[in-house]
This record gives sequence, structure tokens and C-alpha cells, in this order.
Amino acid sequence: MTNIISISGLGKAYASGHVALHSVDLDIREGEIFALLGPNGAGKTTLISIICGIVSPTSGQVLVNGRDIIREYRHTRTDIGLVPQELYTDAFEPVISTVRFTRGLFGKPRDDAYIEKLLRDLSLWDKRDAKILELSGGMKRRVMIAKALSHEPRVLFLDEPTAGVDVELRKDMWAMVRDLRDTGVTIILTTHYIEEAEEMADRVGVINNGRLMLVDEKEALMRKLGTKTLTLHLDQPLGAIPDALSRWDLTLGGGGSDLNYRFDAKTDESGVPTLIAALGQAGIGYHDISTRESSLEDIFVGLVHSQDGGQEAKA
Amino acid sequence: MSGRMNWRGIAAIYRFELHRFGRTFWTSLMTPVITTSLYFIVFGSAIGSRMTEIDGIPYAAFIVPGLIMLSMFQESIFNASFGIYMPKWTGTIYELLSAPLSSLETVIAYVGAAASKSMMIGLVIFATAHLFVDVSVAHPLAMLGFMALIAISFCMFGFILGVWAQNFEQLQVVPLLVIMPMTFLGGAFYSVSMLPEPWRTITLFNPVIYLISGFRWTFFGKGDVAIGYSLAFVAVLLIVCMAAIGWVFKTGYRLKK
Repeated sequence: MTNIISISGLGKAYASGHVALHSVDLDIREGEIFALLGPNGAGKTTLISIICGIVSPTSGQVLVNGRDIIREYRHTRTDIGLVPQELYTDAFEPVISTVRFTRGLFGKPRDDAYIEKLLRDLSLWDKRDAKILELSGGMKRRVMIAKALSHEPRVLFLDEPTAGVDVELRKDMWAMVRDLRDTGVTIILTTHYIEEAEEMADRVGVINNGRLMLVDEKEALMRKLGTKTLTLHLDQPLGAIPDALSRWDLTLGGGGSDLNYRFDAKTDESGVPTLIAALGQAGIGYHDISTRESSLEDIFVGLVHSQDGGQEAKA
Repeated sequence: MSGRMNWRGIAAIYRFELHRFGRTFWTSLMTPVITTSLYFIVFGSAIGSRMTEIDGIPYAAFIVPGLIMLSMFQESIFNASFGIYMPKWTGTIYELLSAPLSSLETVIAYVGAAASKSMMIGLVIFATAHLFVDVSVAHPLAMLGFMALIAISFCMFGFILGVWAQNFEQLQVVPLLVIMPMTFLGGAFYSVSMLPEPWRTITLFNPVIYLISGFRWTFFGKGDVAIGYSLAFVAVLLIVCMAAIGWVFKTGYRLKK
């Protein structure tokens, strides 16, 4: 798969002195859904704003489809659509006019058939003549997506696309993003909803304090860093972990009624059979067993906390 | 995108801006018409009856170029500054910055739209003036050319103001506290030759005098200063504004972070 975006050594320091990005290197593959995860203020929006031309980089280079975003901005910007986090709209404009306006702004000839299809796909056709101020928040967000797609971009940036939208609309958006990917559009979404990345992304990048900490396939990431937790629901509560079980990574939960065993899911030797045997030898009975695989959220929190902890230690 | 210039992008902004003007069409046009009418009633009829002629020109006719300029200065600055300030204020500037538009194309679109509106308003005032006074134009093509140059240069100035402004108050400060007094003191309603010294000399430091005088020349073939000075001043104004806009886009001043 070819790279549609190549970022190398990208840095950004604002006039205030705040360094938002520290030499970021990242490749985005054509046709993938890439989720950029990070807490608030991590540098996600700065990164995509630079690629889209809204913020000037301090150092480094970004290529979109092999072209430099500064020297060949006409080509690169034509390839990109952006849905910003905030609902920035011209409140008094009708939906169809504002979508046509964006298409024209990006140098594309008027195409009523395409705009109609786009508005129908986004369930906006019935509202085409409504002024934007008359629409609900969810509808306004759809308008923003319609505007971003109006010039038929190859890459779509979604900056926190489901921030503040209800569960139903969020699921609709996820379905829409998948449909878009199926048409060949590369999608980069920033989010701090781990569920969103877990649901949709092919690959995940984690950014914190302006540094890209990790980029990997979502499945591989969960395999590599994922852990499982085995929970045994005991017949009799325990006051403490018996010495005979000290070689396993065990904790008590549920007031001593649950015995939790956290183990590395990627190893062949999980230690589960020997633990079960040891419980029998110790005379500890249980009536149920459950397992839980760690989520992307667990991985993300672990990574962010380990970096924050490292920085605090350095300080 | 056709060729090297993004003409469709320019047309999109131009249409959008004129559409915005269209939404408030009657307010936008009726305000200068009513204001001009009031000026004619107060200055043309009340004062004009006592001050019959200036430099051989009936007073009511004499003030027509000044009135057109007064409205055009204000409308040009207001329309252009509002045009670029609104996307900053609403946040839709992101779309402009992320579009494949050069700084030249952006300026052509915004300044072109604002200048078109100003020209329309200037011509409407000219038509309104005919209801009150019989005024003829000695150099019609020069008049239209001068109007266009004034509209473009003041729209560029307005564009810079809109980029600079961080709130609505700042947007209003320059047209109301700087341009309007300079216009009133720039010979809109009188001839500089009527002033005693040292006011006559001091008035010559007011740049607006050169603009109104030049425009009056296109009507009557004479002005307070030679037409060459007026044209030179318009040229300087254009060059300064173009340089300032070039700097704004080069540095991203108050547009890009």
C-alpha cells in the first residue's frame, strides 16, 4: 500500500513559546482509516491543521501524494477535506449554497448531481434549502462533512468527529466513515474516544505532549500490548492472597469474593492451568470464571501515563 | 482548477460576498440614498440657498462628488473589513486557509466584491443626486475610473483593517473616528480656497483632499489641487495597501498561527 501522506521531522512552536509538536514522523497509507489518539492538548489538532494549511510549521516537511504542502499547496489542498472539531458555519446560508460554495472555493466546477448525491448520502437533501442556523447540532456536523467532501478529496481529516454528538448519530457517523473508506477515501480521525478508534481504525497512532509515541496496526497493537484478566468468583471470600499463590500476579476484588489474575495474552505460557491447579491444592473453591481482554483504552492510558510519569521523573 | 489561477475559487467568494450584500440589499442601498437626500436637504437647500456658487459651480452640484466619496470611503472600508472579519469571527476562516487559493486570489475576490458594492452605492448616490440637482460630468470615463480606483484602494485598506481587527469595536474605530472627520475636513462640502491661512495649508496635509479634489475634477474639470497630484496620491495609496496586504499574507499576520 502506498503512502498518501508522509510527515518527517514536523515541529511546531507557537509564538507564545509553547512547543505543540516535537519532530513528528508519520506515514499515512492510502485508503486506510487512521486514528490519532491523544489527550486534550496533545498536538492532534496542530498536526492536522499544519497538513491542511491552517497553521504554519516551524520545521519539517509534509508530502501529500508526493507533493510538498507548502510549495505545491494547490495540489495538496485540493486532495484534502477537513471537518474541524468546532461547528464553524455561515449561519444564514442555506445548506446547498454553503456546500456549493466550498466546492467552488476548491476550484471544482459546479456539479449538481454530485452535490445531490452527497446531500442524500448524508440525509441532508430534505434540508437543502434550510438555513444552517435552523439545523440541529447533528445536522450541522453533517453539513460540515458535506462541505469537506464537496470537492471530492482523496484524504478526509475528521477532527474529533463525534465530540458532543449523541450515541445514535455517532454510530451513523461510524457507518458513514466506513462507507467513505470503501470508496477509496483515506480517513484520518483524531479522537480521544478510544471506543471510536477501536471501532473503526485500521491503524492507530498515540500522541502526547507533541510527541508521537506509537504507531501500529490496531489489532497488532492490542496483541502486542494487550493483557487479559482472568476473574475467579470464589465460594468463600479471602482476606488476603495466600502465600501459596504469591508467584502469580493476583489481586482481590469484590470484597475478597473475586480473585483477579492479570496475564500477558501474547505468551504461550499464560500460567492459567497451574494457577487453577494451585487453587485446588490450596482448597480454594470457585463457582464461576470470566476473562476480559484489555481494550485500546487500557493501552492508551498505560502509554500516556508511562510518558507523563517519565517526564515527571526527569523533572 | 483551471490553469494557474483558481478562478472558480475567486468566483465562489465573489458570489458569496455579493449574496451577503443581497440579503441586506434594501438596507444597504436605502441607507446611503436617505443619507444623501438628507445631506442635500440640509446642505444643498438650507445652506446652498445662502451660498449660491463655489468656483462658478452651483453649491448643490459642488457637493455631489464629495458626498459620493464620503459614502464610498465608508462603504468600501466597511464592506471589505466586514468581509474578511466575519470568517475570522465565525471561525469559517479555516475553510479559506485550507483552500487552494493564493493570497492574490483571496484579495481579488474579497476586494473585488467589496469594490463592486461600493461602485453600486456610488452610482446610486449619483442617481439620487440627480433628483435634487442638475449635475453633469465633464469626464465620465475618468469619473468611473476614479471611482473604481478609490473603491479598490479603500477596500484594500478595509481588508487590512478586517485582518487587524480583533473585535467589532476595532472594526468601527477607523471609519468613524478617522475617515469620517478627514472627509468632512477634506473639502467634501467646501473648497480649500475658501479657508483662511494657516488652515488652507494645514488642510493640504489631509490626504482625503487629494481624493475628493481629483473626483471633483472629473465632474467639473477643476479641483482644489492639480489632477496629477490626486492621481499620484491614489497610486501611492494603492501601492501602500498592496504592500501591506502582501506582508499580511507572507507572515500570516492574524490569519495563521
